Amino acid sequence: MPRSQSASQTAGPYVYIGCMPSFAGLENMYGGHDLGSEMFSPDTSGIWITVSGCIFDGEGAPVTDAMLEFWQADASGHYAPQGGSEGWGRRGVDAQAAGYSVQTILPAAVGDEAPHINVWVVARGVNLGLHTRIYFDGADNEQDPFLAAIEDPVRRASLIAARDGDDYNFDIHLQGDNETVFLNV
Amino acid sequence: MSYNPQDTSQQPEALTPDYRSSRLRSPNHKLLNLAPGPGELTSPMFGHDLIRPNDNDLIINYAAPGQAAIGEQIMVHGHLLDENARPVSNALLEFWQANAGGRYRHKKDGYLAPLDPNFGGCGRTITDADGHYSLRTVRPGPYPWPNGGNDWRPAHIHFSCFGAVWAQRLITQMYFEGDPHIPLCPIVQTIADLKAIGRLTARLDMAHTVPMNFRAFRFDVILRGKDSTLFENKLEGN
Repeated sequence: MPRSQSASQTAGPYVYIGCMPSFAGLENMYGGHDLGSEMFSPDTSGIWITVSGCIFDGEGAPVTDAMLEFWQADASGHYAPQGGSEGWGRRGVDAQAAGYSVQTILPAAVGDEAPHINVWVVARGVNLGLHTRIYFDGADNEQDPFLAAIEDPVRRASLIAARDGDDYNFDIHLQGDNETVFLNV
Repeated sequence: MSYNPQDTSQQPEALTPDYRSSRLRSPNHKLLNLAPGPGELTSPMFGHDLIRPNDNDLIINYAAPGQAAIGEQIMVHGHLLDENARPVSNALLEFWQANAGGRYRHKKDGYLAPLDPNFGGCGRTITDADGHYSLRTVRPGPYPWPNGGNDWRPAHIHFSCFGAVWAQRLITQMYFEGDPHIPLCPIVQTIADLKAIGRLTARLDMAHTVPMNFRAFRFDVILRGKDSTLFENKLEGN
């Protein structure tokens, strides 16, 4: 007997309590280790990069209570080839920096999809988690069928992280002139 | 393989002005359609060895030895299923909630209700082979919140749900049968369909209520299903 899918509800302002309790200040919950702190184990081969950025609302104010989840292929273009959760991670917004930062492996292309990190954004005021993608400046993005389907070059550029060596910047604009492209996956 | 799309009849719109926080945090553009690829059709998986014995027991998982959280003790259980009513097994569920007085253990929550030193407010578990899960907790209190009026959240537990694939990722909230704040709450009312709200409402479950001990509530979560129109070469009735 078919069932109707459960409705989404906002993660609210306290999502860190449930998903990143140590980050939320709950000392020693789950042994003091938040799930998703590391995208890959430290000995993973590939080019280690740092992706950081800020999240903004429609008036350009920083969103400081969002949680981001990342899900990506490894340096050989496979999603968690051993099973498990390698290639997945979580970040909250750092109170001082008003942004996020994540160290990871530069993913390889997967089929005809250019290298990218899948991102899921939840926050107070976001009723249904928002999917987007981080592509990389300097990668071969031209053949990517999804990027190619975005006609407006400004919109397309919202998905490409700016590069400075092994550091990439990727800001997320939930609304407004610089609004990030969000996906119906 | 494909997955059913988001059922827009069941899901809230991004912009729901009565819930003020959505006004500046809702994209103006429509979501861009993306045919699911390898990233959308895989998911991180978390082994059962991640879960320690009391992770799903909020009454004691933050309490000092021999102590317990204050409040009305309840058990919440149910199944994680997809739209085809198939169990979603080995999936990580995470929970968070206010304490019995309606206060979160969070520096931004300044509500006058006291913190409970023995209550952290989070828990987690992994569904079994039948998609079943359970947690033990205290019933959370309703609380006021700044939304421009005299707004109170109904008692609720937040659920974060992984599925078999990334496209099923869901965060939602569980409410309690009979709570008079449900029809008054601007966050609940971001959902247009009354039946969809009903499906987020846990039911008293006397069959699993233990006499002189705790009450049980039943709550199923339904994730998007595999496209079943031609599943196993036969129509599945949807």
